[in-house]
Amino acid sequence: MDELIIAGRSFKSRLMVGTGKFASNEAMVAAMEGSGSEIVTVAMRRVDVDNPQDSMLKHIDPNRYLLLPNTSGARDAEEAIRLARIARAAGCEPWIKLEVTPDPYYLLPDPIETLKAAEVLVKEGFIVLPYINADPVLAKHLQEAGTATVMPLGSPIGTNKGVRTRDNLAIIIEQATVPVVVDAGLGAPSHAAEAMEMGADAVLVNTALAVARDPGAMGVAFRKGVEAGREAYLAGLGKQQDKAEASSPLTGFLRD
Amino acid sequence: MEITFNGTLHELEAGTSIQELLDQLRLDCLQVVVEHNHNIIPRQRLAETVLNNGDTLEVIHFVGGG
Repeated sequence: MDELIIAGRSFKSRLMVGTGKFASNEAMVAAMEGSGSEIVTVAMRRVDVDNPQDSMLKHIDPNRYLLLPNTSGARDAEEAIRLARIARAAGCEPWIKLEVTPDPYYLLPDPIETLKAAEVLVKEGFIVLPYINADPVLAKHLQEAGTATVMPLGSPIGTNKGVRTRDNLAIIIEQATVPVVVDAGLGAPSHAAEAMEMGADAVLVNTALAVARDPGAMGVAFRKGVEAGREAYLAGLGKQQDKAEASSPLTGFLRD
Repeated sequence: MEITFNGTLHELEAGTSIQELLDQLRLDCLQVVVEHNHNIIPRQRLAETVLNNGDTLEVIHFVGGG
């Protein structure tokens, strides 16, 4: 497969994986390995001293995976900026998946606060990957602000509904000057393949892997879906039309 | 004296440094990031930063997330 380039850095895999909701660190690692991913997202939370936990970072090989901290939990630009700075202080590379989701029910991203935070973080030298609704105008504003990608949603986080934003996504892909990463809602390899067939540069998957009976095998299935979709996009898909067009020759049949 | 540690009140001896508090709580300074009164404290300054009554401390680490 051709390489994905984000902010001058190249990746062989076009599948990013999230590390949330896994039943165990072992299941998480199995999904990461099966997926062939090179970029994995992590979140930041307060330490719970009453229930000390084994650090999940110990299970992620920093030579194999680029750690992409997210700002999940942030409800406005200020909180997102604060989390990004904390991630950098932790020793991470300055890559940040910018998420601002004030609404806890649908977890839809706030476009105004996301743009505000992106402008500040880009100026501070962060490589910003913003999670957004599939809004082509917002995507343009963000890329003009200097974000490294745009990450429009297929459907709300964790819904497994697939690509429900198809028409707007097509416009974003057509107009993008930065990689388009379809994030959120991809529940099956066919959903990932659909996004890639449309010309998305990459996808990010978490819930579908975490809730699978066999996360490692589901990682493999998504890897294949992403690869199939990308290869089909590069190979050139046929146009849809209403009238049938025979695949077999219509001449020289057994009657005149 | 009393400080607010991750949102809850926490009693500790006057003159305690952040590093001493992390040690008491068995927290590895390499695994956490500390915000002291909303300022991030670089790891090399944890030992020299002494807590005062009424301070706010946030101790953050990485968890699974999408």
